[in-house]
Amino acid sequence: MSAPSNMRVFVPCDALSIALGADEVADRLVAEAASRSLDVTVVRNGSHGLFWLEPMVEVEVDGVRHAYGPIDADDVPELLDAGLLEAGPHRTSLGPTHSIPELERQTRLTFARVGVIDPRSLDDYLAHGGFDGLRRALTMAPGDVVGEIETSGLRGRGGAAFPTGIKWRTVLGAPATPKYVVANADEGDSGTFADRMVMEGDPFCLIEAMAIAAHAVGASHGVIYCRSEYPHAIATLEYCIDVAPQHGWLGSGIAGSGLDFDIEVRVGAGAYICGEETSMLESIEGKRGMVRPKPPLPALEGLYGKPTVVNNIITLASVPWILANGGAAYSAHGVGRSSGTLPVQLAGNIRRGGLVEVPFGITVRELIEGYGGGTASGRPARAVQIGGPLGAYFHDGQLDTVLDYEAIAAAGGLLGHGGVVVFDDTIDMAAQARFAMEFCAAESCGKCTPCRIGSTRGVELIDKIVIGERRSADVAQLEELCDVLEHGSLCALGGLTPYPVRSAMQHFPEDFGLGDRNSDQNFEQKVGESN
Amino acid sequence: MWSELRALRDGVDLGTPPRDGEPVTLSVDGVPVTVAAGSSVLLAAGIAGCTVPKLCATDTLEPFGSCRVCLVEIEGRRGYPASCTTPVDDGMQVRTNSEMLTKLRRGVIELYLSDFPEGDIDGGWSQLNDTLDQVGVHRLADDHPYRSGANHQSGVLDLSNPYFLFDQAKCIVCSRCVRACEEIQGTFALTIGGRGFGSTVVAGQDESFLDSDCVSCGACVQACPSDALIEKSLFPGGYERADSRQA
Ligand SMILES: Cc1cc2nc3c(=O)[nH]c(=O)nc-3n(C[C@H](O)[C@H](O)[C@H](O)COP(=O)(O)O)c2cc1C
Ligand code: SF4
Ligand code: SF4
Ligand code: FES
Repeated sequence: MSAPSNMRVFVPCDALSIALGADEVADRLVAEAASRSLDVTVVRNGSHGLFWLEPMVEVEVDGVRHAYGPIDADDVPELLDAGLLEAGPHRTSLGPTHSIPELERQTRLTFARVGVIDPRSLDDYLAHGGFDGLRRALTMAPGDVVGEIETSGLRGRGGAAFPTGIKWRTVLGAPATPKYVVANADEGDSGTFADRMVMEGDPFCLIEAMAIAAHAVGASHGVIYCRSEYPHAIATLEYCIDVAPQHGWLGSGIAGSGLDFDIEVRVGAGAYICGEETSMLESIEGKRGMVRPKPPLPALEGLYGKPTVVNNIITLASVPWILANGGAAYSAHGVGRSSGTLPVQLAGNIRRGGLVEVPFGITVRELIEGYGGGTASGRPARAVQIGGPLGAYFHDGQLDTVLDYEAIAAAGGLLGHGGVVVFDDTIDMAAQARFAMEFCAAESCGKCTPCRIGSTRGVELIDKIVIGERRSADVAQLEELCDVLEHGSLCALGGLTPYPVRSAMQHFPEDFGLGDRNSDQNFEQKVGESN
Repeated sequence: MWSELRALRDGVDLGTPPRDGEPVTLSVDGVPVTVAAGSSVLLAAGIAGCTVPKLCATDTLEPFGSCRVCLVEIEGRRGYPASCTTPVDDGMQVRTNSEMLTKLRRGVIELYLSDFPEGDIDGGWSQLNDTLDQVGVHRLADDHPYRSGANHQSGVLDLSNPYFLFDQAKCIVCSRCVRACEEIQGTFALTIGGRGFGSTVVAGQDESFLDSDCVSCGACVQACPSDALIEKSLFPGGYERADSRQA
């Protein structure tokens, strides 16, 4: 049998796969192929998001990609012996990539290209529908582009779930110029990585989205504010921002239209609060990352006091699909006021962690059991924190809550940036509550009193509650403090910290020495009697 | 001299600077009031005679929104916006008092008191004392859970400037001095250094007031609501730090 020619083998280049040895795998593949005189091109793609299979190697045979994983560099000779280039069987064989169950069941709109294409290849991007959305947008009046976003029902994926169309409409209507588009890539929530995966796996999509936004609102300059912990993403973005103008996709007269728009990458200051939009704008302006009061809204007085679109990376990355396929096609997915899909990030104590893009409306249980395969430890899941470090803890009796902004809110939580972190039955929830207050204290910008002083008092109170000398008084004080934080803080860092604290106390009172949720339904009364 | 000036001002401090927009009519606790567009709800409330407590706001400085004692309720809006940073709107209905507002303001004041020298409250005559009177809380109960927490009661005492001193124990980190230096004097000698609970007033590049770019204009002293910055002339026998409260 003659050796196959011009074979493409894919090895991911995203930060997680690299940390797991993907660079070594790629190097070994190149070296082995050379020594065996095989005609192989190693393509560095993004990650599909199936983290337990990384580094995942794929080979394209007759237009179909076949996956193997996880692969160690030392597996490479054996993999080639097993006939990798003909998609031969091996103990790590996963079959055709698209039929891996956890991938096949997803609804990949925003992440359609991530893992599939070579992120740095403009040709690859164009061959997979890239810039279709921008091309269509440029044939439309700005107000109609905004209308398409309104029809889609897209809401902000950075945390607050604010309708993107309304935000864009506000900026479009603002008379002041110049206007700006700022992409928030500070991705500070622990256990989240969707923004990173887009920037590392489909960076032109972000560029396209920002250009669409620029046309829609009349902006001339864009900024991507990326956290410094993402060096691979920064390098990839900078490469693509360099390439795009050479082919008319950025700069003056984009794609032959009258649109002039450029983008720069700014590296974050390494503070969680710099992900908060007004603090981020201060940081971009070269000032200390301090929260500004709203109003004025950034949409009207944002960067340098000018009208500014601030959107999360996932919000933006959803835009090209919407423009290419229409807002109605997007809102055909999802439920109620939660339109479209959400890229969920499964992390913590979970067997199959990673990214799953699903339509709104599936249950939390389906996510962590169906996709995630339960806990990694094999022990029962006890608590799930949804929505990042400021999100509420859910207990095992709440797992049938559906993924939907309103349903999660009704259950006392928030969806935030779509992080889902699982804990098994060895977790100490009082320690988790303390951690939430510590996090607030460590990340507080220090501007407003509830958060600046209150977070430190919160840590102290939880310590006292656990010691238990005057437990009921300390619990009552913590409740009051949570009210002051929730309703009195200037921004959502202080404002949301009560979510994890209160949910931990309510659902897991036994960890605070407050009786048992299961044996005692009315634990608050019990709290009053303890001591 | 500065404190006299301040006393003069106090009677008329509406919290935020006057604006010159078109007239806008709103109601505060049922009292109709007309002010220029762009004015704050805090200012409108003051004109309507419904005084809202405040600490970080003063009418010589742009609103900042950090102390959170000026919270109000506005019909049709969620939550408890800070009146100093909320501009008035035509037809707006503002409520300056409710059970929840009282609770939140007391909660904020208790946080301040948990890091303030107890011995300096009684007989004090700073704007902070006025605010304590308005909110109706002057000290933490003896068994208050906030007692004995982390604090700044043995923080910096900077006596370097010949005219005034800075006592960190009494600083409520409202940034009024920083903003006065910047907005009134245009000097930028002061900043807030550190973050979160560790935030503190810093002169120059973390120097003493004397070694910094401070020109001793006194704008910061006049702006300080808690007498953390105060004229030395008021202490002829030398300044002694008050008992740091709660053991
Ligand atoms: C403490 C704090 C941290 C935040 N961090 C981020 C972040 O890392 N990334 C992000 O996109 N939004 C973050 N946000 C939300 C932003 O303030 C803002 O709502 C968002 O970027 C708007 O974009 P969207 O409408 O597309 O979600 C944070 C908010 C707060 C209060
Ligand atoms: S809540 Fe915390 S982070 Fe937000 S403005 Fe207040 S001090 Fe800053
Ligand atoms: S010194 Fe006075 S004015 Fe300055 S921050 Fe402290 S309390 Fe406010
Ligand atoms: S006076 Fe309004 S927040 Fe301080």
